[in-house]
Amino acid sequence: MTQSPPETERAAKTPQALGDRVFRGIAVGSGGVIMLALAGVFAFLAIEGYPGLSVDEGLYSPATSFLGYVGPLIFGTVLAAIIAIIFAVPLAIGIALFISHYAPRRIATPVAYLIDLLAAVPSVVYGLWGGRELAQHVGSIQVWLHDYLGFLPFFAGPPSASGRTILTAGLVLAIMILPIITAISREVFAQTPRLHEEAALALGATRWEMIRMTVFPYARSGMISAVMLGLGRALGETMAVAMVLSAKPIVTLNLISGENPATIASNIAVNYKEASPDKQAVLIATGLVLFAFTFAINFLARWVAGRSQRRMAR
Amino acid sequence: MNSTSIRRAVVPGIAALALLLSACGAGNEETPSTDGGSSDAATGLSGDLAGGGATSQEKAQAAWRAGFQTANPDVTINYDPVGSGTGRENFINEAYLFAGTDSPITDEEGELTAAKERCGGSDVIQVPAYVSPIAVVFNLPGIDSLNLSAEVLTGIFDGSITAWDDQAIVADNPDADLPSSDIVPVHRSDDSGTTENFTKYLEAAGGWSFEPDGEWPSDISGGEAAEGTSGVTGLVTDNEGYIAYADASAAGDLGVVSVKVGSDFNAPSTDGAAKTLAISPLTEGNAPTDMAFDIDRATTESGAYPVILVSYLLACQTYPADQAEVVKAYLEYVISPEGQEAANAEAGSAPLDAGVQADALAILEGITAQ
Repeated sequence: MTQSPPETERAAKTPQALGDRVFRGIAVGSGGVIMLALAGVFAFLAIEGYPGLSVDEGLYSPATSFLGYVGPLIFGTVLAAIIAIIFAVPLAIGIALFISHYAPRRIATPVAYLIDLLAAVPSVVYGLWGGRELAQHVGSIQVWLHDYLGFLPFFAGPPSASGRTILTAGLVLAIMILPIITAISREVFAQTPRLHEEAALALGATRWEMIRMTVFPYARSGMISAVMLGLGRALGETMAVAMVLSAKPIVTLNLISGENPATIASNIAVNYKEASPDKQAVLIATGLVLFAFTFAINFLARWVAGRSQRRMAR
Repeated sequence: MNSTSIRRAVVPGIAALALLLSACGAGNEETPSTDGGSSDAATGLSGDLAGGGATSQEKAQAAWRAGFQTANPDVTINYDPVGSGTGRENFINEAYLFAGTDSPITDEEGELTAAKERCGGSDVIQVPAYVSPIAVVFNLPGIDSLNLSAEVLTGIFDGSITAWDDQAIVADNPDADLPSSDIVPVHRSDDSGTTENFTKYLEAAGGWSFEPDGEWPSDISGGEAAEGTSGVTGLVTDNEGYIAYADASAAGDLGVVSVKVGSDFNAPSTDGAAKTLAISPLTEGNAPTDMAFDIDRATTESGAYPVILVSYLLACQTYPADQAEVVKAYLEYVISPEGQEAANAEAGSAPLDAGVQADALAILEGITAQ
């Protein structure tokens, strides 16, 4: 198509070319806007947060430096996200397999639809439900955990009667990230080449063996992407955690006491409103840390997913 | 064919994008302005009045706005409940014409100097507008009220008194059927004026050994945290044996503590709260237009209720010609008996004592056009 077409044909093609140009412009523009937005957020966090790295020591209380202040928050953020991932991933992959490989079609579609609906519930509603309803039930489970598994550092207690602990917060987060992980896993499972599956079955594999030998290896990078997207959501979730968690600036593995490390996002949300300008800078600086941290996690995920893809291609 | 279908999608897409962008643009241009011109026959006041700040004043501001706008239909008042810190910041950077703040503006972080600069070099006006009793609420079945002294409250909230049938509690409540269960003190997880005022009370009257602050001291072990007034009262409502401090208007059906004042035990009341403010001295060394109080929280005055939160309004002494009249009229309405009654009906706040009211009105009298 390098030669210029005859005059008549060009006239006919003009609208096509215009459409192409517009489409190209919009596509490039959209990509650029994302970069701009990201750069804008980073610049805002860096400029507004930078003074927060070195303000009066009293504002970092109980720590005396910014690192001491942000440390327990990072710990809490990661802990809540890990709890969420531990609960959500097996469940999400189970549901996705059920929908793509086990359930008859007339059941699979409504189930998939219901799971997607979970993503439509606002986080503030999860927060209300988690704090006032789920927490009550988790509270009694926690007493049981403390009685029988109290020798583990996770259940050292004393168990909080109200159940507003990081364990509950992690459970709420698990429910919130379930739809993302399920939806993506479901799509990649469904794309497993039919021939691979049939070949495995023909060789005498059971259904579980077929899934292990054909579906999982094929879907690995997609599953990792799904988990990482869920992790990103769990790391950044704000309202639900703020409404559920009984927080305190400490580092502890104890999951069931009334004193839990806050997450970065929830800490900003609850403290920003009444903060003095210097304290606001400190909070924004913790936001910068979360931004960088999430970025690093995403890069790591890309790298892991890319590596397994390269291995598949070999 | 292809191109038309693309265009069919593109054109509305661009239209939507343009709408979105223009909407964003409009949102950013929301600067406070008074658009004079049409004047109301009754009062002659018109314009937009933008303010904001302390969340504690939100309900009261709604009552004031309703009351003032009924009398002055051409005036539009906006109060953004963005929190005291942001309120002061927006007042200084001129986004707000007035601001509400729970802790009086001071020069600790240079805010007062900056605010003075914003006001063209004249002293900032700071008057108390909203006084609210803070109640200590608890959830014990069958018990509606308990008598507790500041020392006992301090012991409960710093974790040194851990059981409901502790001798210190029983001594003041011989008739109450107290359980032997654990006390779980609940505090605010967010930085709040309620926490600051409550801990200041404990420090002044009960020997609280921590620095009073909007944030709960992290050295105290035990207890639980919840976000916001409704978070705290919700947590206490859901769980027996829990105790917390919260704005008295949010106490609902929970049990309420009567605190010891002199030799009496006083339940939270608006009269008691107003009385405490009335007998408190002004902070020394402030400008004559600055009515920040040094609240006498350890008072033994009969009938006073010393656990109170005082929220102030910030304003300038001079405004551009088209704004001065409206700001002055609105703030005078807020402080007036009528405004204070409206806030009491809507938010359960304590109407200012007549003497405090007169002083504040005298200061507001000084608002003039540039």
